[in-house]
Amino acid sequence: MVSFFRLILVFLVIGCSNTVFGQSESEMVLVNGGDFIPLYGTDSATVVVRDFKMDIYPVTNSDYLAFVKKYPKWRKSKIIRLFSDESYLGRWEDDLTLGADFLPNSPVTSVSWFAAKAYCECQGKRLPTVDEWEFAAMADENIPDARILKGYNQKILTWYEAPRTFKNTIGSTFKNYWGIHDLHGLVWEWTLDFNSVLISGESRKDVDKDSNLFCGSAAVGASDLMNYAAFMRYAFRGSIKANYTGRNLGFRCVKDVEDFH
Amino acid sequence: MKTLIKILVIAFVLSSCKNDKKANIASDNSLEEVVSNEIPELSIYNLPSTWTTQDNRDIELKSLQGDILVMVMIYTTCKAACPRLVSDMRNIEAQIPKKNKEKVKLILVSIDPETDTPTRLKTFAKENNMESEQWLFLRGSIEMTREFAAVLAVNYKKISPMDFSHSNIISVFDTNGVMAHQQEGLGVDNKETVKTILELAEKSNN
Repeated sequence: MVSFFRLILVFLVIGCSNTVFGQSESEMVLVNGGDFIPLYGTDSATVVVRDFKMDIYPVTNSDYLAFVKKYPKWRKSKIIRLFSDESYLGRWEDDLTLGADFLPNSPVTSVSWFAAKAYCECQGKRLPTVDEWEFAAMADENIPDARILKGYNQKILTWYEAPRTFKNTIGSTFKNYWGIHDLHGLVWEWTLDFNSVLISGESRKDVDKDSNLFCGSAAVGASDLMNYAAFMRYAFRGSIKANYTGRNLGFRCVKDVEDFH
Repeated sequence: MKTLIKILVIAFVLSSCKNDKKANIASDNSLEEVVSNEIPELSIYNLPSTWTTQDNRDIELKSLQGDILVMVMIYTTCKAACPRLVSDMRNIEAQIPKKNKEKVKLILVSIDPETDTPTRLKTFAKENNMESEQWLFLRGSIEMTREFAAVLAVNYKKISPMDFSHSNIISVFDTNGVMAHQQEGLGVDNKETVKTILELAEKSNN
């Protein structure tokens, strides 16, 4: 058991020291945990989310630039292929220059899961889990769970059809109940356990058919079939790989509440 | 609405193409880099991870460099797919000729490190006749396991306290830790997998 904890420790200290970039703790807000039924949950359907703090905004281009300045191994020319495909920071001019039409306070995109994860870890934060992200993102301006409101889902779906929203700046969409901006309407966001989604039963013949996640979830997990927007997000997560980068895929970080002083 | 569905379809298609391409690149690289001492960019030895074995030994992943690795992710309390994955692994093992056996390590990585203690892994190894030197069971932290699965493109999710849903993928890595082949599914034809292993073994002889 001791060695198990040591492993965790080793893992946590990989190559990062303290930082001068990213959103400080004052730019994070508390999300009071609770239980909810996500689109694809466990057998028992209800998922418990503990209290956590979340970045108010997605990580911006200028935040990310400061990160790669400090940690050369995550620069465009240095990152190894295991950790990212060829389009990593694809439209940056070079290692330390944003693309010509980039705004410093637009969300950073074209970053892989490994890069996003490293960014958060280097600040003593981490990526949110799928459950945490979904929990925070079911809030509209006024209530913590707006999924039952038809207008809310409609609004999200409208964004999914809007082109090039990644070019907008952070804070340009609504501030939700918790005080968090841009969970919907700007970019898609990485989650820590994006690869916990086994939804692509057709395109990959690898899903464990004896467990009932896929078939059974029609009855159990897909608790809210009205929530087509959520289905889109899960399907997207299920379809990507950790080295994938996309122009509309960014991220933000969270922190456990116990870590706050 | 149509656009949405289109996007979805494209996303799936793109990701599957990407996958194929990646596998090709990986095997191309492995051809050239087998002799060099540098770790190739696509090598899993770029992951700075330490794991615990079924003998309760801590090992660096890197210490496996030089061996051909056949890897699968399982959990020992699994009743459904894992026994079949395990038998797939045994089946592959049986097809490796004696002279090449010592070049190959067959590795089972736990996706349930909380339950799968070294003792448990050891028992599992015994029960499944996987006690020879070639068989290695690895257990890491929850975070390392998630990351390792991401590298192997294995998806998994805890669906109840004792049960996981997971991808059934067996991966082959060359002596430098670069993925050379993946076999997806249960009880599938493993001809390609075995062929890859034997080719890699031949190459390491030269």
